[in-house]
Amino acid sequence: MSTNETIESNESRERGKAPAGERIADWADGRLGIYSLAKANMRKIFPDHWSFMLGEICLYSFIIIILTGVYLTLFFHPSMNEVEYHGSYVPLQGQLMSEAFSSTLHISFDVRGGLLIRQIHHWAALIFLAGMFVHMMRVFFTGAFRKPREVNWLFGFLLFVLGMFTGFTGYSLPDDLLSGTGVRFTQGAILSMPIVGTYISMFLFGGEFPGHDFVARFYSIHILLLPGIMLGLVVGHLILVFYHKHTQFAGPGKSNKNVVGMPLLPVYMAKAGGFFFLVFGVIAVIAGIAQINPIWAMGPYRPDQVSTGAQPDWYMGFAEGLIRFMPGWEINLWGHTLVLGVFIPLVLFGVVLAALAMYPFIEAWITGDKREHHILDRPRNAPTRTALGVAWVTMYMVTLVGGGNDLWATHFHLSINSITWFVRIFFFVGPVIAYILTKRICLGLQRRDHDKVLHGRETGTIKRLPHGEFIEIHEPLSQEQLHTLTAHEQYQPVAIGAAVDENGVERKVKGKEKLRAKISGAYFGEDQQIPKPTVEEYKEITSGHGHH
Amino acid sequence: MKKLSARRRHPLAALVVLLLALAATGGLYAAFAPASKAQADDTAQSLAIDEGKKLYAVGCASCHGTGGQGTSDGPSLVGVGAAAVDFQVGTGRMPAATSQGAQVPSKKVIYTQAEIDQLAAFISSLGAGPSVPTEADYGPEGADIAKGGELFRTNCAQCHNFTGKGGALTKGKYAPTLEGVDPKHIYEAMQTGPQNMPSFPDTTLSEQNKKDIIAYLHAVNSDETNNPGGLELGGLGPVSEGLFAWIFGLGALIAVAVWVAARTAKAKKS
Amino acid sequence: MSSQDIPEENLPAEQDHAHGSAVGVADEQNPFADPGLPPHEHRVQDIDERAAKRSERAVAFLFTLSMLATVGFIASYVAIPADKSVFVFPIGHLSALNFALGLTLGTALFTIGAGAVHWARTLMSDVEVADERHAIAAPPEVRAKVHADFKQGAKESALGRRKLIRNTMFGAIALVPLSGVVLLRDLGPLPEDKLRHTLWSKGKLLVNMNTNEPLRPSDVAVGSLTFAKPEGLEEHDEEFQNEIAKAALMIVRLQPDNIKDKQELDWSYQGIVAYSKICTHVGCPISLYEQQTHHVLCPCHQSTFDLSDGARVIFGPAGHALPQLRIGVNDEGYLEALGDFEEPVGPAFWERG
Repeated sequence: MSTNETIESNESRERGKAPAGERIADWADGRLGIYSLAKANMRKIFPDHWSFMLGEICLYSFIIIILTGVYLTLFFHPSMNEVEYHGSYVPLQGQLMSEAFSSTLHISFDVRGGLLIRQIHHWAALIFLAGMFVHMMRVFFTGAFRKPREVNWLFGFLLFVLGMFTGFTGYSLPDDLLSGTGVRFTQGAILSMPIVGTYISMFLFGGEFPGHDFVARFYSIHILLLPGIMLGLVVGHLILVFYHKHTQFAGPGKSNKNVVGMPLLPVYMAKAGGFFFLVFGVIAVIAGIAQINPIWAMGPYRPDQVSTGAQPDWYMGFAEGLIRFMPGWEINLWGHTLVLGVFIPLVLFGVVLAALAMYPFIEAWITGDKREHHILDRPRNAPTRTALGVAWVTMYMVTLVGGGNDLWATHFHLSINSITWFVRIFFFVGPVIAYILTKRICLGLQRRDHDKVLHGRETGTIKRLPHGEFIEIHEPLSQEQLHTLTAHEQYQPVAIGAAVDENGVERKVKGKEKLRAKISGAYFGEDQQIPKPTVEEYKEITSGHGHH
Repeated sequence: MKKLSARRRHPLAALVVLLLALAATGGLYAAFAPASKAQADDTAQSLAIDEGKKLYAVGCASCHGTGGQGTSDGPSLVGVGAAAVDFQVGTGRMPAATSQGAQVPSKKVIYTQAEIDQLAAFISSLGAGPSVPTEADYGPEGADIAKGGELFRTNCAQCHNFTGKGGALTKGKYAPTLEGVDPKHIYEAMQTGPQNMPSFPDTTLSEQNKKDIIAYLHAVNSDETNNPGGLELGGLGPVSEGLFAWIFGLGALIAVAVWVAARTAKAKKS
Repeated sequence: MSSQDIPEENLPAEQDHAHGSAVGVADEQNPFADPGLPPHEHRVQDIDERAAKRSERAVAFLFTLSMLATVGFIASYVAIPADKSVFVFPIGHLSALNFALGLTLGTALFTIGAGAVHWARTLMSDVEVADERHAIAAPPEVRAKVHADFKQGAKESALGRRKLIRNTMFGAIALVPLSGVVLLRDLGPLPEDKLRHTLWSKGKLLVNMNTNEPLRPSDVAVGSLTFAKPEGLEEHDEEFQNEIAKAALMIVRLQPDNIKDKQELDWSYQGIVAYSKICTHVGCPISLYEQQTHHVLCPCHQSTFDLSDGARVIFGPAGHALPQLRIGVNDEGYLEALGDFEEPVGPAFWERG
């Protein structure tokens, strides 16, 4: 197969001419310096693990959203002018609606393939956000956010938050009854902001709600401003992934100083490139068989109409839940109103997300660790972090459930009031329970690893000893397994430094330092982790009476 | 109830109704042939009331009182009209179970339509109220679907959802789904306001308005409804879409990712 | 904040064996030592040419399928009318075009990906390679050079010495974005008292939303629910959306002796009460009226109001009662407003008071 090529290239060499591809590359290198770039990256190593592809799901759905979004702009009219509908969807014939709504109907019913592209766009958006959420959790629970990747964690976090708002503005564009209700909620939430709320609302909507402007304004935010920033962040995120090189799980031959896997060219070029088509293919099939956001069934927006089951897309369900379970507190003082019932959820929304964003910095402060980390933690080996993460996810999920309380009520024959009360209580209690349970499970798993290292794997074979006792045969682990199970690091709690310095002068112990010692104790103190087996322990057991 | 309405749409239903009607007409003719027509009607009416009264005494009086005046267990039925009876009994809500939850659900209908008509005749004899609508009232002729949609979104969607999939009310009560509900019963519900549903009398929601609403519901929530995009996912909006995106969308993609990243099987060492 | 003061012994011992690549032999001293990368094992395709051929054919088959699917996509686009509906079990009635395009496009894309991945997994080398990492931070001499360069540059600029230049420059740069902020002023009008007024005023008739006719008291039965707008407001009006967003009314009739709130009774007409349809929480049109309990529920966030008791909040996140419109009957017997709402309708805001 390659013989012909070799002969050909030999011939062309002989005629003093390199193959065309090589000549183009030479031309480009002379102007762009691509060879130096390629030298570092062409055979870049990527480790194989399915969870390392979650980020790719996000990247590819983002690209799909951009491609389909550009197509949709060719037909969508971001205008709130009222028009009478005379398209092909009969149940809306002659109805008054905004041009935004009628052009969305046009895309859905009269542009061939328009409905497919709309549905791909919307499904990809839901999957994009879901993918980012899971990707972020993978990074969190394996400790991949540690130095040197804190900045990339923030980039990723910003992408998630911006993705939420890009999704929200896009969802509002068709100006249908459901999304309009969501915009109304946003306007109400803005109004609740002390001092500036009324002004921001007037400026954002060009006057009173709904006004004639918000679709056009959301449009430029949705298709230009937010995706522009996101594109920049995505590029930065990827450059950093290349620059830092990928993290890997501990295992034989894998260390903090190397990365083990397959080269970009050709394996990952084919796998990652192929994965783009796989993601696109799956989403296209979903868009062909499952309907999403049927705006024709919802009708055009009217501020005096509403439907039950008014929810935002899933990624805003968290905000929806916060606002649904909040009691209606309102303070009237000195001629002003503080709308706590809306404003507290608004603040909580920011605080809960910010807590996640800041976590890497908090953990770095507690451990005081300034080294680079490229080997991932197994979640059980960082029990406090894992427990905190599960507590956060629990809080998020309880709130998400609260955002759909009316649907759970009808589908599980429950009272909406009981569900709301359940969410009110479990918003606080749920994370505590989750924290305690998770920590115990992690410690249990650590203990099991500990026993496995020292006593070997349970084979399930039962043997009867001469004196009649039954024992299970334990098979010693291979060195690969021993290494993998003991490769993790264990911190010691930070002690408060001596109160007297080397010159005998009394030193003031700052409150911050005490706080850190306390938290550090909760993270790494006694009973907060199972000390991993030492070589001495292992040798003592194995050299003694042998395995049983 | 669902079965009944499904059977009503059966292609043979018209034939069955026709045969029954012929048989009934024949029977009536045989019984009342010598009497004049008006007399026959009157007699049939009072006969129906008598029959209805008997049925009422057995099935309803324990809660609604012997004369329909109501008790602590059930409201007064004076003046509720035939439409209310036809709705409540015809959807199986009445007679209600002795211990009920937040609201009385629709159940299997235990009376025949003839018996329901007799009950209705008895109840309307207690006091005037809305009568049972006819096909001409709720049939598709002359209905404006688009207007019906607008009316539905103004008056009904807040409880029953955009396309009548139902929704939650306070403390375990709910607005039921309108899927597969007989148009006649929808019409009667608007007229009479069963349980916690407010009524929409002809004075505020005209007969034409009601007809339009029923035509709209048929267009968006029936067996023939077209969901161009594919699976309707319950017609519940973003919650079911979100669940679908997580479970089938992200789920499928993760399954694919597992395949992409997995090691290829190694050759067995021999 | 600095963690310089954390003693080294609190940090775990470095687990790496400084020369990761030199391992590979079992260490007598340390049974947990890294044994190094396991030796590469061959796949069937690496040793059996027939298996490799089968893989090649599978990949080629997938790519061919993709080509056929694309042809199918184009054929569907041309052949299937946009409004054609088909019944597909178990999905139901759907657009034939959307279904065909989705499946063909999906197949065309998926098989390209599946082919490429199968190719990579079975035919490309699967030998794992280790790549050395280098510290992200620059070596000390680079760090020193950059610092020195910066200091020299800073010194040459004399920014630290010539304070006047520095301060005026910071001032100029801080002020210049103000122009941009000022430009945002015309995004919208000032609030003034816009949120306090609606179209309602004394003598305006209550017009039924459904029939577009003015309402008479006799039209409104006990237990019924009606929505009304102010006379003169039509759907085609330029400002219809903005006005109806504030003026929408919900009208119910209660038995007057069921009304617990005195002001509510005073502002009603023969038990007919008119409340704002706009929720006081964040402005959804509430109207889930339960005629037996007289409760009205908001479908968005489940605020519940008691219409028999001044529409006070009995559950959920709303902060105050629904505003009531004072109504009466004019000389011709129609229901009319006796003035505007006495408080702002809709969500609360800072200036509401």
